[in-house]
Amino acid sequence: MSKYSIFSLLRNAVSYHENWGAAWRSPEPKKEYDALIIGGGGHGLATAYYLAKEHGMTNIAVLEKGWIGGGNTGRNTTIVRSNYLWDESAHLYEKSMKLWEGLSQDLNYNVMFSQRGVYNLGHNLQDMRDIQRRVNANRLNGIDGHVVSPQEIKQAIPEINIDQGCRYPILGASFQPRGGVARHDAVAWGFARGADMRGVDIIQNCEVTAINQQDGAVTGVETTRGTINAKKVGVVVAGHCSVLAEMAGFRMPIESHPLQALVSEPIKPVINTVIMSNAVHGYISQSDKGDLVIGAGIDSYTGYGQRGSFPTVEHTVAAICEMFPMFRRVRMNRQWGGIVDTTPDACPIIGNTPVKGLYFNCGWGTGGFKATPGSGWVFAHNVANGEPHELNRAFALDRFTTGFLIDEHGAAGVAH
Amino acid sequence: MFLIECPWCGERDESEFNCVGEAHIARPLETEKMSDQEWADYLFMRSNPKGLHREQWLHAAGCRRYFNAERDTVSYRIAGTYKIGEPAPSEAKK
Ligand SMILES: Cc1cc2nc3c(=O)[nH]c(=O)nc-3n(C[C@H](O)[C@H](O)[C@H](O)COP(=O)(O)OP(=O)(O)OC[C@H]3O[C@@H](n4cnc5c(N)ncnc54)[C@H](O)[C@@H]3O)c2cc1C
Ligand SMILES: [Zn+2]
Repeated sequence: MSKYSIFSLLRNAVSYHENWGAAWRSPEPKKEYDALIIGGGGHGLATAYYLAKEHGMTNIAVLEKGWIGGGNTGRNTTIVRSNYLWDESAHLYEKSMKLWEGLSQDLNYNVMFSQRGVYNLGHNLQDMRDIQRRVNANRLNGIDGHVVSPQEIKQAIPEINIDQGCRYPILGASFQPRGGVARHDAVAWGFARGADMRGVDIIQNCEVTAINQQDGAVTGVETTRGTINAKKVGVVVAGHCSVLAEMAGFRMPIESHPLQALVSEPIKPVINTVIMSNAVHGYISQSDKGDLVIGAGIDSYTGYGQRGSFPTVEHTVAAICEMFPMFRRVRMNRQWGGIVDTTPDACPIIGNTPVKGLYFNCGWGTGGFKATPGSGWVFAHNVANGEPHELNRAFALDRFTTGFLIDEHGAAGVAH
Repeated sequence: MFLIECPWCGERDESEFNCVGEAHIARPLETEKMSDQEWADYLFMRSNPKGLHREQWLHAAGCRRYFNAERDTVSYRIAGTYKIGEPAPSEAKK
């Protein structure tokens, strides 16, 4: 696999860019590996990449039932931020933010990480008190952020409606300047290419159908492409984690809900930042192509169908139209859904399970894209050493038994 | 869009309803004797199946009463709704 550079660009220009090699191989699965990662989303691929890069484990494979990045990774609205309330989550998401900041260089792949800032709007007195508290907590953790007034918001985003007479007036916001967006597919592809270059086998169209165990320890998996053995198995399947947990014989505190997003027709540059509102369930940014990228809230029912219901979309679009009256006449181009794995405390579950050698990384729900590099980094440590890293110790499955929940509904909740 | 059959009001638009999670989770009786594990299972663990699911719905913008439904979580098709305390349609058929 060749390194991408200005020289490879020039070299390939001579042949009209028709001779670029594939970015990763498509090998046949071997009979046995040192470790298997189930799920070829961003988190699974990042785990494989850091296993190879940081822990020297290169005899490993990623098993993906469809195509890599085809799950939530390729369906999300790509908001990246690290301004979470509690220390445990703040440290984890900030680790991820630091990795984002050097990711394109590290991967030699442009993930188009753009730190255009993220606003979290407040619409009532309690929202504003929570925002102030969260910003203070963030700053104590060394995470950038400040509280801004409606006038400051209006100055930065002239199209926004700060009329105080409407149903959900904007009373202020938190602003994290280092937040922003990245290109979702590029994140999956960049990690895939980086892992593949270090010897990791990426195996697509390979669905895991059973988890084999002996004496309480994992021995491998059954797949639609045969039995594959490994003494370490990391499961990173987002919305399908309850299904995999059932195969392994335990239960998860997870419900899988549809979460939808939609994009408009491309329009001229109008929003150069990211605006999110928990209270009215509306999130908006503009892609480099010019489409407005809008995220909705989850549907109340569980669903594995990768689609949600129309009233949910309607609700979000109503909120967007109140925030940005000028978007009332923009036409929407496409709409889709993902399957998000929500937990009772809006925090992920990363770590060991009742089965020896079997590790789970899931429960990222509506907001795990931002954590992709950090999640892979800590989970690789956990899989390689059989022990959690300090950064993910608090996110163990047993917190639901001990009662040490990390209630991030205020900072995460329905937001991405 | 769904049409949902409320056992009291009949067929109504889905926007009148709220799904409020897995049904048939009975509150344990002798709670003072329960282990942390049993509490965790009751409070937090969910079956979250890919397939037929029994769940509670609230007719929020209608009669405001709760009822149960059996629904496929992949096709989202509702196999039937039933009052709380009644057996699920797939049980009743047996
Ligand atoms: C509409 C929407 C908007 C979102 N917006 C944001 C946002 O703005 N910011 C943010 O931070 N997060 C956001 N999220 C959440 C984010 O997308 C996810 O938390 C994150 O992408 C999860 O990554 P993952 O790699 O764990 O999961 P996925 O990308 O879903 O990957 C899991 C993979 O596992 C595979 N799999 C499942 N079962 C099996 C099996 N049996 N065998 C083999 N493979 C299997 C699936 O095919 C899938 O490819 C959003 C999500 C959605 C749906
Ligand atoms: Zn009713």
